[in-house]
Amino acid sequence: MQPRSSATAAFDVAILQVKPAKGRYPENLAQIGEAFAQMTADGPAPALVLLPEAATTGYFLEGAVYELALSAERFAADLARTWCEACGDRQVELCCGFYENDDGTYYNSALYLRVGGGSHEIVHVHRKMFLPTYGVFDEERFLSRGRRLQTFESVLGRAAVLICEDMWHAIMPTIAAIKGARVILVPSAAPGRGIDGEREMRSVAHWREILSACAAEHGIYVLYAGLTGFEGGKGMTGSSCIVNPNGSVQVQAPELDACIVRGRVDLREADLARASLPLLGDLHAVLPDLLLDDELPLPKGRPQ
Amino acid sequence: MLAEVRPTHAAALRGPSINPELAARWLVAFLRDELIVRRGIRRAVVGLSGGVDSAVTAYLCARALGAENVYAFRMPYATSSAASLSDAQLVVDDLGINCRTIEITAAVDGYLQFEPEADARRRGNVMARTRMLVLFDQSAKLDALPVGTGNKTERLLGYFTWHADDTPPVNPLGDLFKTQVWALARHLGVPAPLVDKAPSADLEANQTDEGDLGITYARADAILDQLLLGYSDAQLVERGFDAADVALVRRRVESTHWKRHLPTTAMLTNTAINEFYLRPVDF
Repeated sequence: MQPRSSATAAFDVAILQVKPAKGRYPENLAQIGEAFAQMTADGPAPALVLLPEAATTGYFLEGAVYELALSAERFAADLARTWCEACGDRQVELCCGFYENDDGTYYNSALYLRVGGGSHEIVHVHRKMFLPTYGVFDEERFLSRGRRLQTFESVLGRAAVLICEDMWHAIMPTIAAIKGARVILVPSAAPGRGIDGEREMRSVAHWREILSACAAEHGIYVLYAGLTGFEGGKGMTGSSCIVNPNGSVQVQAPELDACIVRGRVDLREADLARASLPLLGDLHAVLPDLLLDDELPLPKGRPQ
Repeated sequence: MLAEVRPTHAAALRGPSINPELAARWLVAFLRDELIVRRGIRRAVVGLSGGVDSAVTAYLCARALGAENVYAFRMPYATSSAASLSDAQLVVDDLGINCRTIEITAAVDGYLQFEPEADARRRGNVMARTRMLVLFDQSAKLDALPVGTGNKTERLLGYFTWHADDTPPVNPLGDLFKTQVWALARHLGVPAPLVDKAPSADLEANQTDEGDLGITYARADAILDQLLLGYSDAQLVERGFDAADVALVRRRVESTHWKRHLPTTAMLTNTAINEFYLRPVDF
């Protein structure tokens, strides 16, 4: 009898670590197209390509966000066309951060898109829920918060998208994992801080600790795409990486260069990780008791 | 008896640390992105004073842009120290960068002849602003960008001439304390005489920064590093800092916030620039 596995396929994936020119949407899309062509020039397309937060505009836009934000449909069409012009009718799933204009309400969003055979389909749009508004960050001055954390079916299986600070709140990947995610995609734009780090900025090391701890706790793959390049003196830390379900880093990009990161997602590894460290199963068992605690400030029903 | 282990504030008292290799890598990337990628400018102009800040800036620019694209200017006044010129020459010789010496005495005295009562502070400000005039004009001539040399300590203590030292559009050292600049200088191979000598604005005879400030950079940096995190004076003293030092540093920081901002503009509309009309510097 063959062993039964929740997934039998392994997938080649890619992360496109980009360095956009501030506000130059057409030029940045063109550069992304060149990278798409490069990553398919000598072989099949990856199953999934992940790009960073604000990948086609740059992150710090202030009031210009209202000029550059697009509807999810328009951004999907542009991104799909960019893929098709570079790679023909090959199939791919793309996840990319962008500023979204939803009929006059603005979000820091990430689009999950299925492309191939001359058409495209929006699979999911995640709107960033935790908008950093402290110190160098000012997102909530310009943007609205997303209200829902959803999982969805991707080529890699059940997945969730968490944008940058979403991932810093341990409850977010925990909920995603509880809801069945085996893969978490993290588009990010992280300005580097901490020049006394051992071999990299302290903020880079802190990010990796968060990603590794999350992956190992839940037995999930975490794919992190970091924006790179300087924006008005603030250096985005790149360091895109793939973290295995045991918490080890499969591959990591440099901090300060645009590049293509290639790796592999094998969900059998997630099965093995969960077998050897069944913390998620334990959480499933205990979570109802935790949530019944009267001292928790849980609303009754969804706020309108 | 069991040994007892307690927390200490030794690290705070030592002051800010730095990984100079990491800092150099980031600052070189910063200069390339700001000059070449963002502005399409491949040449840098640096006022080379003979001090450690401008020397470090020149070394970073040479790494980022190539020595042939760095234009150093020595701008002595009649009373400037001869050692400032010769120390600057050590940097030029070591890096192989372009260098020109432009005396500012005639320009400075051309104005000050009408203000014979000007005290040392006013005369120093005229010198600093004359030097900046030279750097901006030479940048226009050379199709280059002036690169600033001010460090975080002097910015926080207000120890610079407003609209002079702080005017270049990019500044690689502005988030590094002076003691971190020294560490970076040693890593980059800045000649020892520049790193080891007492820092001086060289605007008056026998002037030193630490004499002017009334505190050493090492002590000031350690206090500033904690003060900026939000600790109160009482908490800083609890951590082992000298109360008089803390008061001195606090007073200087809190009396000079205005020097770290653009000029104050009266806001009269809901499209006031940088108040309502908000665009990032690189947009």
